[in-house]
Amino acid sequence: MKAGAGSRAFAPGAAPGQPRFPWGRIGYWAASLLFIFVSVFPLLYALSSSLKQGSGLFSPALWPEAPTFANYSGVFADQPFAQNLLNSLLVAGSVVSLSLGLSLMAAWAFGRVEFRGRGLLLILILSASMLPQVAVLSGMFELVRAFGMYDTLGALIIADLLLTLPFTVWVLVTFMRQLPKELEEAAAMDGVGVLTLVFRVFMPLLWPAMVATGLLAFIAAWNEFLFALTFTLSTEARTVPVAIALISTPSGFELPWGKIMAASVIVTLPLVALVVVFQRRIVSGLSAGAVKG
Amino acid sequence: MSRIELRGISKRFGDTPVLNDIDLSIAPGEFCVFVGPSGCGKSTLLRLLAGLEDPSAGEIEIDGVRVNQLPPAQRNVAMVFQSYALYPHMSVFQNMAFGLQHRKLPAGEIERRIADAVRILQLDGLLQRRPKELSGGQRQRVAIARAIVRQPKVFLFDEPLSNLDAALRVQTRLEIASLHRALGSASMVYVTHDQVEAMTLADRIVLLQPLAGRSDGLSVAQAGAPLALYHHPANRFVAAFIGSPAMNFVDATVASLGDGRVLVDAHGMRCAAQLSPQGLAVGEPVTLGIRPEHVRLGEGAQRARVSHVERLGEVSHIYLELPGVGTPLLAKSARDDIAIDERLAFDLPAQALHLFRADGVAQARGTARQSGSGC
Repeated sequence: MKAGAGSRAFAPGAAPGQPRFPWGRIGYWAASLLFIFVSVFPLLYALSSSLKQGSGLFSPALWPEAPTFANYSGVFADQPFAQNLLNSLLVAGSVVSLSLGLSLMAAWAFGRVEFRGRGLLLILILSASMLPQVAVLSGMFELVRAFGMYDTLGALIIADLLLTLPFTVWVLVTFMRQLPKELEEAAAMDGVGVLTLVFRVFMPLLWPAMVATGLLAFIAAWNEFLFALTFTLSTEARTVPVAIALISTPSGFELPWGKIMAASVIVTLPLVALVVVFQRRIVSGLSAGAVKG
Repeated sequence: MSRIELRGISKRFGDTPVLNDIDLSIAPGEFCVFVGPSGCGKSTLLRLLAGLEDPSAGEIEIDGVRVNQLPPAQRNVAMVFQSYALYPHMSVFQNMAFGLQHRKLPAGEIERRIADAVRILQLDGLLQRRPKELSGGQRQRVAIARAIVRQPKVFLFDEPLSNLDAALRVQTRLEIASLHRALGSASMVYVTHDQVEAMTLADRIVLLQPLAGRSDGLSVAQAGAPLALYHHPANRFVAAFIGSPAMNFVDATVASLGDGRVLVDAHGMRCAAQLSPQGLAVGEPVTLGIRPEHVRLGEGAQRARVSHVERLGEVSHIYLELPGVGTPLLAKSARDDIAIDERLAFDLPAQALHLFRADGVAQARGTARQSGSGC
């Protein structure tokens, strides 16, 4: 939404002193509005539905007749939704820190150390992310059972790494290769070990890349559904996407759309907050002044 | 006190030989400059000393200890990189302290060393800045300070001035020279492609030549004091590299041999060079060399037309057209009244002439010490 307003100065066909009819400008605004409408409408509809209750749900009006927050309180009252939120937070947080830590070390190895089979290994890692989740589901289930992790959050953390690690490794390898080699050599002259090099010299420089990939990994883990549905059983071990899908009414004969929408809105908020907080860190590059210039 | 010994050092990247058969000894406290054109492997040689590359063959000794297998940090060397390689996310203080903290030095000792380095390199007030908030010259000084605080036995400089502008380069050159005097006992090894830096800083110059893919060539063209390389180049490569503008070369044949004199015929011009005749035969093709600053104008028996003049103020470059020779003979002269197309008398003094045989090796200077007209 902001993008449209902020770009006004760059709107084409706005040259002063030209009495031509501003077709270009009109087209620009029409396209912008269409784009905004398409991207925002589903969100607005969810927000609107979450504020409706009973028969109001069946009215297509975007503005609810009698706005109510009953759905929001209901979500927390009828099931351990707070517990589910905490679970999601634990899983997504662990997945982000684990995948960033692991992929940072992997990125150093892939980006800086020359060894036989490096390219092949990178392709293998990438191809792991090409398999559809369903394909690995049964095998992963056997693994989880064998480790005795069924119905625990640990199972989800391990499974979600399969989704996040390939792209965090690939992105960080790319960024790692851009860092000047002299920095590593300077660190070698200073006598620091590999872990210090990776975490105290390279990590601060890769911070913008880490924030961006970490955010994507967080979103992937936060929204992950299939593994979470398969590897957990009890209500207390569920993460939010599963919890939302399994929200039901006591009667079992109607779908509680209002609550589902309220829960969905609640689930979106942490992601929005994360993006707002880290946006600036992504933009402000830290690597300036690494080498000359 | 630390002596560096290189014995039979060779380095190849894959099938490409970069350095071949280098024997070199760098004395304690010596300022040794590796110089040469690009691709001669001078930076590679420095990196071998630092331990950032491993030699393909040969031994490196520092202070009598074989260091081939030692990682860079345990060799007691410190390196200043061409791009400075400061840690961009750390302050100037942290940049200097980082390596010391990893050697588990007490905090007081670290503070003291950094205070010393700050005093020597005038970094007062910059300690809390990040590298990107510093000018090029300041970054350079921080990079040197980071090397000083380690109190190494050997300082390694990899083209440290190449990213500075001309005025700052001269100033920093002086600072490095006075730093070497101040630190006294530490040896310095300095890599540059700039012969002015090499001539002004070095106690000893090691001039390296590109191997051009041959694995039997020698990397070291000549090693010695700056003026020894200038006055007594061992071969044509050294003669052409040292000195600016470069030495004039004229094809010639040996006409006759005397006692401490060699008479050559260069396109009809007969020149006597005050050189040892040893190993030469009459009729042998040689190359005659003379530096532009040694050509005397306005005297002597030879005559030539001035084809071009460059006036630089302090000197003028006079291009003389020699009959039968493609490239003009360049002379340096303090006179600024010489005009193009003028016919000028010139003389090539016998004691300033160099002779190079077909394989490029220079003929040794004779023992006879009489001076006189060469041509």
